[in-house]
Amino acid sequence: MQHDKAPLSGAIAAWIVACLMFFPILWMTVTAFKTEGEAVAIPPIILFRPVLQSFAAATAQSGYLLFAANSVIVSFASTALAILIAFPAAYAMAFQPGKRTKDLLVWMLSTKMLPPVGVLVPVYLIFRDAGLLDTRAGLVIVDTLMNLPIVVWMLFSFFRDIPRDILEAARMDGVGPRGQMTHLLLPLASPGIASAALLAIILSWNESFWSINLTAAHAGTLAAYIARYSAPEGLFWAKLSAASVLAVAPILLFGSLAQRRLVRGLTVGAVK
Amino acid sequence: MSSTALAGRVVAAESLARARRRSSWLLLFPAVILLGAWAFVPLVMTLRYSFERYNLLYPERRGFAGLLNYNLLLTDPAFWTAIFNTLVLTLGVLAITIILGTLFALLLNQNFPGRGIARLMVIAPFFVLPPVAALIFKNLLFDPLNGLVGWLFKLVGLHPIAWFTTAPMIALVMIVAWEWTPFATLILLTALQSLDTDQLEAARMDGAKPLSRIIYIVLPHLARPATITIMMESIFLLSIFAEILTTTAGGPGTATTTLTYLIYIRALLDFNIGGASAAGVLAIVLANIVALFLMRAVARNIET
Repeated sequence: MQHDKAPLSGAIAAWIVACLMFFPILWMTVTAFKTEGEAVAIPPIILFRPVLQSFAAATAQSGYLLFAANSVIVSFASTALAILIAFPAAYAMAFQPGKRTKDLLVWMLSTKMLPPVGVLVPVYLIFRDAGLLDTRAGLVIVDTLMNLPIVVWMLFSFFRDIPRDILEAARMDGVGPRGQMTHLLLPLASPGIASAALLAIILSWNESFWSINLTAAHAGTLAAYIARYSAPEGLFWAKLSAASVLAVAPILLFGSLAQRRLVRGLTVGAVK
Repeated sequence: MSSTALAGRVVAAESLARARRRSSWLLLFPAVILLGAWAFVPLVMTLRYSFERYNLLYPERRGFAGLLNYNLLLTDPAFWTAIFNTLVLTLGVLAITIILGTLFALLLNQNFPGRGIARLMVIAPFFVLPPVAALIFKNLLFDPLNGLVGWLFKLVGLHPIAWFTTAPMIALVMIVAWEWTPFATLILLTALQSLDTDQLEAARMDGAKPLSRIIYIVLPHLARPATITIMMESIFLLSIFAEILTTTAGGPGTATTTLTYLIYIRALLDFNIGGASAAGVLAIVLANIVALFLMRAVARNIET
């Protein structure tokens, strides 16, 4: 908007807000480097010798590594699958639009508006009968379907931004469909594909409803791990904080990379 | 150009168009079938179960029940408590996130040193795993004995509050608002960046004070994105689950049992498939009321 420098009061207010919003994450991170005794001390200890013992204890806990691996596998596999399915659909809608294309896209996006809890019962029963309860495959399927509309939408909107004249010119020069795809479309759309992938990874990593309700000891992700083991481990704040920091850190990183495209994906085009 | 050649080209163009349409459908097929199945099959099953007497503990007693599940649900005080709690949580969080989101967006839209980092710090809570967000507040901040907020209360001479037993809904609203304020901030910030600077400049030339510039030019510009934010958030807020599970488990009593949490209890703890499905149908209806308006706004913006 304006390029004039902000007044000092405005800058200070902005920084206060930033520090307040970030504080809970900071405090969790600080706690993770404390001993259990220091973690619960009142008044709170600000200066201490940081130790890694809580991280060691958290990761040594039975199941932790399995759950972490599940988070990685499920989020990456469901993202890859969603992009694989969404790419051709988005391509067709962007480059070969028909009369019904818009209705189709709006319908796809509207499936995202179905509250998960409305279909908890049938999905749970289908999963039980198909032997998919507490399997990574089952969770990959659900996450793929949950993210598919958003991925379709993001790829579509990035394809739409590619000037059609470029493709037309290439066709005139005798570049075949495959050449157009590998030399033009993929290079031009790759930043879009990357940000769609980032957003899908973030959403499925943080997906808690299905993960908690459809998995147990084998296929649970970190969301389910932290939700389920917080009761007994709630007494060990440093250890729980360490486990939480490890669960949150990669996504914070991904999120900071994706933030510019985030609005476009999350609002499915309702805000331009 | 001779007429036969022209006719030939028209035919060729038509068959090309037809071939394209066919390839279009092939490309669309997997996504459409999968989403169609995902949107349709469970929905129909929920509807069907909602008219059945069906408890997983007594599968032999399964049978058609007519409107019994709906009758039981609508006369159950727990259901109305859940609806009330859902409304309090949703409206509370919406009010906080829209007000703070607008304020934060205005602050972060200024030109100040380190604004990239400040922006990231404000947005960060959105990326925190929901159960982790809940636990940070439950233990580290809101614990009455060892929590930071309790200590601050004592510091200023107040009695520390056992948030999750005495004011569980307020505590829950604060957690969820912390998670969703970044979302509102991000959308409104994006909207601010698309604001026409000429208008602001003209207003300043005419001697409009900064505050009146915000009230008469900036806020009206934010009305539409704020409406969208409200609609999107209400759909997601209806499904808040992990935060409740990890902090209060719907309690004390039914103080924080929302519609989503009630369905979870009925379905996966009581195994009451019929009753849970009837509540599920009502949750879908609630979400669809909002979604209807939202999708109209979405459709308006799509260009194919």
